Amino acid sequence: MRILSLAGRRLAASIPTLILILIGVFLLLQFAPGDTVDAMMAQMGGGDAATAKELRKFYGLDLSIPAQLGNYLWRLVRLDLGFSSIYGKPVASVILERLPPTILLMTASLSFAFFFGLVFGVIAARVVNRWPDTLISTLGLIFYATPSFWFGLMAIVVFSVYLQWLPPGGFEDIGTVRTGIWRALDIASHLVLPTLTLGLIFLAIYLRIMRASMLEVLNLDYVRTARAKGLDETRVVTRHVLRNALLPMVTLIGLQAGTMLGGSVVVESVFSLPGLGRLAYESVVQRDLNTLLGIVFVSALLVITVNFIVDLIYARLDPRITAEG
Amino acid sequence: MDLTRLEINRRTALLTSAAIAANVINPMRAFAQETPRKGGVFNVHYGAEQRQLNPSIQASTGVYIISGKIQENLVDLDANGQPVGVLAESWEASPDGKMVTFKLRKGITWHDGKPFTSADVEFTAMNMWKKILNYGSTLQLFLTAVETPDAQTAIFKYERPMPLNLLLRALPDLGYVSAKHLYESGDIRQNPTNLAPVGTGPFKFVKYERGQYVIADRNENYWRPNAPYLDRIVWRVITDRSAAAAQMEAGELHYSPFSGLTLSDLARLSKDKRFIVSTKGNEGNARTNTLEFNFRRKELSDIRVRRAIAHAINVPFFIENFLGDFAKLGTGPIPSTSTDFYPGPNTPQYPYDKAKAAALLDEAGFKAARGGTRFSLRLLPAPWGEDISLWSTFIQQSLGEIGIPVEIVRNDGGGFLKQVYDEHAFDLATGWHQYRNDPAVSTTVWYRSGQPKGAPWTNQWGWEDKNVDKTIDDAATEVDPAKRKALYAQFVKEVNTELPVWMPIEQIFVTTITAKARNHSNTPRWGSTSWHDLWLSA
Repeated sequence: MRILSLAGRRLAASIPTLILILIGVFLLLQFAPGDTVDAMMAQMGGGDAATAKELRKFYGLDLSIPAQLGNYLWRLVRLDLGFSSIYGKPVASVILERLPPTILLMTASLSFAFFFGLVFGVIAARVVNRWPDTLISTLGLIFYATPSFWFGLMAIVVFSVYLQWLPPGGFEDIGTVRTGIWRALDIASHLVLPTLTLGLIFLAIYLRIMRASMLEVLNLDYVRTARAKGLDETRVVTRHVLRNALLPMVTLIGLQAGTMLGGSVVVESVFSLPGLGRLAYESVVQRDLNTLLGIVFVSALLVITVNFIVDLIYARLDPRITAEG
Repeated sequence: MDLTRLEINRRTALLTSAAIAANVINPMRAFAQETPRKGGVFNVHYGAEQRQLNPSIQASTGVYIISGKIQENLVDLDANGQPVGVLAESWEASPDGKMVTFKLRKGITWHDGKPFTSADVEFTAMNMWKKILNYGSTLQLFLTAVETPDAQTAIFKYERPMPLNLLLRALPDLGYVSAKHLYESGDIRQNPTNLAPVGTGPFKFVKYERGQYVIADRNENYWRPNAPYLDRIVWRVITDRSAAAAQMEAGELHYSPFSGLTLSDLARLSKDKRFIVSTKGNEGNARTNTLEFNFRRKELSDIRVRRAIAHAINVPFFIENFLGDFAKLGTGPIPSTSTDFYPGPNTPQYPYDKAKAAALLDEAGFKAARGGTRFSLRLLPAPWGEDISLWSTFIQQSLGEIGIPVEIVRNDGGGFLKQVYDEHAFDLATGWHQYRNDPAVSTTVWYRSGQPKGAPWTNQWGWEDKNVDKTIDDAATEVDPAKRKALYAQFVKEVNTELPVWMPIEQIFVTTITAKARNHSNTPRWGSTSWHDLWLSA
C-alpha cells in the first residue's frame, strides 16, 4: 500500500514536469531556422515555391505557432502523438519500432557497466593504492576520456575488418531468415560491439563511484565492529559493506538511464542500429516536430519509470528510506 | 594563412592523387571476354533515407539509387550521354516544338501483372511531373495535355515551344513513370505505394525496414532479354561515413555511391586493389561550388567588390591541396562535362591576383582603415559536404588577407535554406549548384529574376538583369539545338561578367565499388539507372 501511494505521488509529480518539457522543446525548435519543408527541400535537392507552399499546408505548418502547440497538446491529452512527417505514419508506431533496439542496447550496456564497475570497484578498494588499484583506475580514466565514436570505429576495424569475428553493424543479419533462439543469438552477436562501446564509458564512472563509496564505508564504526567480532574479510565486504556502498551506484543508474538514451546517438550511428537516439537526431535535422516531441515524451516516461524502480530498490537496500517516506 | 596545415594537406593529397589517377584512367580494366555470371546479392550503402521512394514525385539521387531499379523512365542516357529509349521506343517533335510524340514499348507489365500503357504516362505526367515533382513542375509548366490515341502512343502538348533536346535530357531524371491504377484514388503524397514502389524495372520491391535496409529481388518477367543478372539488391542504411568505409572493407558493402565516404577514406580505399574509386559514371551528376553574393549589402552590390573577392581567392591552390583529383577549376555555371552546352573556358574569368583585388576595392571606395580592415562579411556555408566546409574556411582566410574579415555562420540543411533563400540573412553563402544535363532544368533559376521568395537554389540575391533574363527565356523555348547552344554561351558570358554568383570549382561525385562488379559506371548517371546489366564476378 505504501509503495502504491509512493508510486501515485511520484507519477502525479512528474506530469507537470512532462508538460513543461514538451512545451519547452516545442518552443525551442521554433527558434531553429527552417521547418520540416525546408529540411525536405534540402534533402530533395530543390523544388519550386508552389510545391513548398502546398507541402506546408500538407504538414499543417500554415497555422500560427500557438495554434500548432494547442493542437499538439490537445492531441496528447487524447494519447495521440500525431503524425510523423519524415515517416508518413503515426509517431507512436514509429517510436514503437525503434524502442526494442534502444532498450536492448541500454539494458545490456548498463548491466555491463554496473556489474564490472562493481567488481572492479570492490577490487580496487580492497587493494587501495597498490598496483591493481592503480591499473584499474588508470584504465577507467582512459575509457572515460576516449570518445565513443572512436572506440566504436576501432572496435569495428579490429573485430570486424581484421579478425572478422563480429558483424560491423546493423541489428540483425538480412541475408538469411532466422527464428527463435538463432535469431536471438544473431541479434546478440550484432549487439556485442555497441554494448561494449557504450558500456566502457559508463564503466569508468561506476568503477570510481564504487571504489570511493567502498572506501568510505570500510572506515565506518560498524565495519570495525564486524571485524572485531571475528568475521573474515570476505564476509565483512559482502554482507556489511557492499550493501551500504551500493546506494550511490543505484542513484547513478537512475540518473544515467536518461543520458544513455541520448548518448546512444553516436553509437547507433556508428553501428547503424535503428534506435531512438538516431531517430531523435534525424527528427531534429528534419525538423519533424511531432516525432521529436514523441521521443521526448517516451524518453521522459522511461526515465520516470527507471527512477521509480530505483526508489523501490533504495527501500529494499536501506529500510530506513521507506520508514521515513 | 595557416601554412603548416596546408602543407600537410598538400602532401597527403599528392600522395593519394597519384593512386586515384591510376584508377580514373582505367576504371573498367576491360573484362569483355568474361562470361556474365547470374546470381548474387549486391549490397549498397544508403546514406540518407528519404521520406518516400517514388521518383515520379521526388527528383533526388537518394530516391533514384533505390527506385531507379524498380521503376523506369521514358528515356535514359547512353554511354555517350545521348538519350536512349527505355519505356519509350522512339520520339518525334513537331516543327513548332509544341507537340512531342512518344511511342511506347509493347508487352511491358507492372510488377503486379497489370499492363503498362500510355494511360500510365498521361496520368504520371499530368498529376505527378506537372504538379508535385520538384524541377518537374518547372519543366512541365507549359504542358497542357497528354493525348493517348492508343495504348502505345503518348502525345505531349505544350503551350509554348518545348526544345526536344531539353526534354530528352531532363526526362532521364524527371521522367519516371508510376502506375495509374495504384495512384488514381486518394492523395498521391500519402499513397502507401510511395514506400513500397511498384514499377516495370528489373528489380521488384520486397521490403523496407526504416533505419535499417531496403530489399529488392530480380523481376523474372523483365522485358529486356536475359536481364537482370543479380538475384537481389540490399540497400543498407549507414549514416556514419567512416563506419560505411569499414563495412566496405569488411565485405558487407559492395558499393558506396555519390561521394558517400569521407575524402580521406576515398583516398585510402583507392589504393586498395579490392575497390575501384572513380568519378566515372557520375558525369551526369556534376556540380559546381558556389559563392553567392547578397546585393542587399551595399558593398557587394558594387561589381568591383564582387570581382575583387573572386580575384582574392586562389582556386587552383585550393583544389590542388584540398580536393585533389576529385575536382577541377570551374569556368561558370555550365560544367565542362556538359558536352552539348559547355561554352569553353573563354568567358570572363577571375584568376588569383591579390594586388588587383586590393586595387579594385580601393577604386570602389573601400579603403583599408587602420588595422587593415575594409568591411566585414558573414558567410553561410551549406552543410552538404566536407568540401564546402573546407572551401568556406579557405574563403575566410583569403578574404582576411585583403582586409575583409569573414564570420562563418554554420547551420544544418533546413536552417541554411531558410536563412539564405527565404530570410536573405547572409552576405556571402556557399554550397553546391547541381547541373542536371541541361541548363534549363536547374541552372538558369540561379540567375533568372522574379523567383518566388523562399525557393531554394534560385536567384535570391536581390539582383536583376534584363539582358540575362531575356537570354534565359529565349534559350528555354528555342527549338534549334545550335541556336540554343549559342544562347547558353551568351548566358555564361553575361553572368560571368556580372558575377551575381561565382562558380569557380567543378566536381563530380565519387563512386566506390567492389572490383568484382562488372558493367558498372557505364553511363553518365549510372548510380541512378536500373542496373539491368550489372553482374558480380565470382
